[in-house]
Amino acid sequence: MKGYNFAYLDEQTKRMLRRTLLKAVAIPGHQIPFGAREMPLPYGWGTGGIQVTAAVLGRADTLKVIDQGADDTTNAVSIRRFFARTAGVATTTRTASATIIQTRHRIPETTLTEAQIIVYQVPQPEPLYQLEPSRTETRRMHALADYGAMHVRLYEQVARYGQIAISYDYPVMVNGRHLMAPSPIPAFDNPKMHRMRALQLFGAGREKRIYAVPPYTAVVSLDFEDHPFRASRAAHVCALCGDRASYLDEVVTDDRGGRMFICSDTDHCASRRESAP
Amino acid sequence: MLSARGLGFRFGSITALEAVDVDLWPGEVLAVVGESGSGKTTLLHVLAGRLRPDAGQVWYREPDGPRTEVHAMPLPLLRRLHRSDWGFVEQDPRQALRMDVSAGGNVGERLMAAGARHYGRIRAEAARWLAEVEIDVARIDDRPTTFSGGMLQRLQIARTLVTEPRLVFMDEPTGGLDVSVQARLLDLIRTLVRRLGIAVVLVTHDLAVARLLAARIVVMQRGRVVEDGLTDQVLDDPRHPYTQLLVSSVLAT
Ligand SMILES: Nc1ncnc2c1ncn2[C@@H]1O[C@H](COP(=O)(O)OP(=O)(O)O)[C@@H](O)[C@H]1O
Ligand SMILES: [Mg+2]
Repeated sequence: MKGYNFAYLDEQTKRMLRRTLLKAVAIPGHQIPFGAREMPLPYGWGTGGIQVTAAVLGRADTLKVIDQGADDTTNAVSIRRFFARTAGVATTTRTASATIIQTRHRIPETTLTEAQIIVYQVPQPEPLYQLEPSRTETRRMHALADYGAMHVRLYEQVARYGQIAISYDYPVMVNGRHLMAPSPIPAFDNPKMHRMRALQLFGAGREKRIYAVPPYTAVVSLDFEDHPFRASRAAHVCALCGDRASYLDEVVTDDRGGRMFICSDTDHCASRRESAP
Repeated sequence: MLSARGLGFRFGSITALEAVDVDLWPGEVLAVVGESGSGKTTLLHVLAGRLRPDAGQVWYREPDGPRTEVHAMPLPLLRRLHRSDWGFVEQDPRQALRMDVSAGGNVGERLMAAGARHYGRIRAEAARWLAEVEIDVARIDDRPTTFSGGMLQRLQIARTLVTEPRLVFMDEPTGGLDVSVQARLLDLIRTLVRRLGIAVVLVTHDLAVARLLAARIVVMQRGRVVEDGLTDQVLDDPRHPYTQLLVSSVLAT
């Protein structure tokens, strides 16, 4: 595309983003403010993730973009097309072939490697947001690792529902120090973040925050000893590939109430079907 | 365990504290009395490290530990003290309680902040403390929004004492309550404080409250301590004219 710098953003902005990313990597789970740029996409379309991807993308990279686990949703397709046009990079739907994966709502089922970076689109980076609306106060709570209030929230869940009933954006402790919002991925995906081999970067465009989890970092879901964290999924088998362990979406198949469960990770499901005997 | 020397504090042109000395011994209840505006609340906040004095120092000694200057402590250390060894009971319990969190969650918070991670044990401890402050354990999952003023204050006390602090600051803990509710609360505070051996700095404008709870008393007028000593002595035989006025109830209440 003419008239644009490589990957849309100008070099100065990318350098600013990279400096922010370095700080973020240096303090795992700690939110770093950055001067977010206006992007040619509305907030909620992953402008934070796009800026992070633009800052780390090189000519030799292969990009995969997923939304709710799928490569073919409007959001995923537009972001992939955006970078194919502005950076001319190769794109793929194969998790194993990608060097950078930008995601909303899922972590791929395929185990990521040291050669990969996963970029999360984050709507609300502050895990204490629901408990404490003041930014000044949440910053102070992070600085002092004053996280009693978050445990109170979990206590309330068990008192009311008999269990911790948080299914998305389930809060985690990173490196034993910072409380972090994993973005609205299902709690099922939380264990994948723990000591992940790939670098994990998080971009919140509207809130202008970047944070990161370097490879092999401890990421622990908050819980109680007698109510341990559980990575729950629908107790079904994928109707397409037969997987019993993957995260499933329930889809309506007709207008007479017909439903089935299929893998949320479309690439994972397709690969299994291809390699099936 | 706590001592202050030469405390001074100003709100702009108002001198709220001037040359105030205070000493508190382990397990002792010290009352700070004086009419409204005499600087009692300001003194309490300065002693607790919430307000930095313009002059003077506050020292705290941990059991068998070194003396540390409260206002020179790194913030994380001070916060840790406030969450464990110290407690603060506000006059208005709504300021301290989480009104959108159950009674059990309110009491359990300090335990969790101190690292407790076993739900069953946290809940059992919360239930035990609700019973201690005479709140029906069946209310454990109710929000404080449904509680009466006296219950709210008792809940705040349970929430504060659950970590068995050594030192508790109280600002008019029975203020704004009906007389009969006050009497019951005072009785409860006296029982718990004695049994747990907690040291208390108690701010009150009510001399009867001071007499009931405190062994020693300091009398404040316009930011200065005008008289101090054993409560019975000071109240039975006041030396300073201002204390005499207070006792003759001209200014009391
Ligand atoms: N936030 C504040 N700003 C300005 N003046 C204050 C403030 N708080 C207290 N004061 C003044 O400081 C003096 C002492 O107040 P305070 O410590 O609240 O007294 P007490 O608790 O004995 O009623 C009073 O003159 C009061 O008006
Ligand atoms: Mg006051």
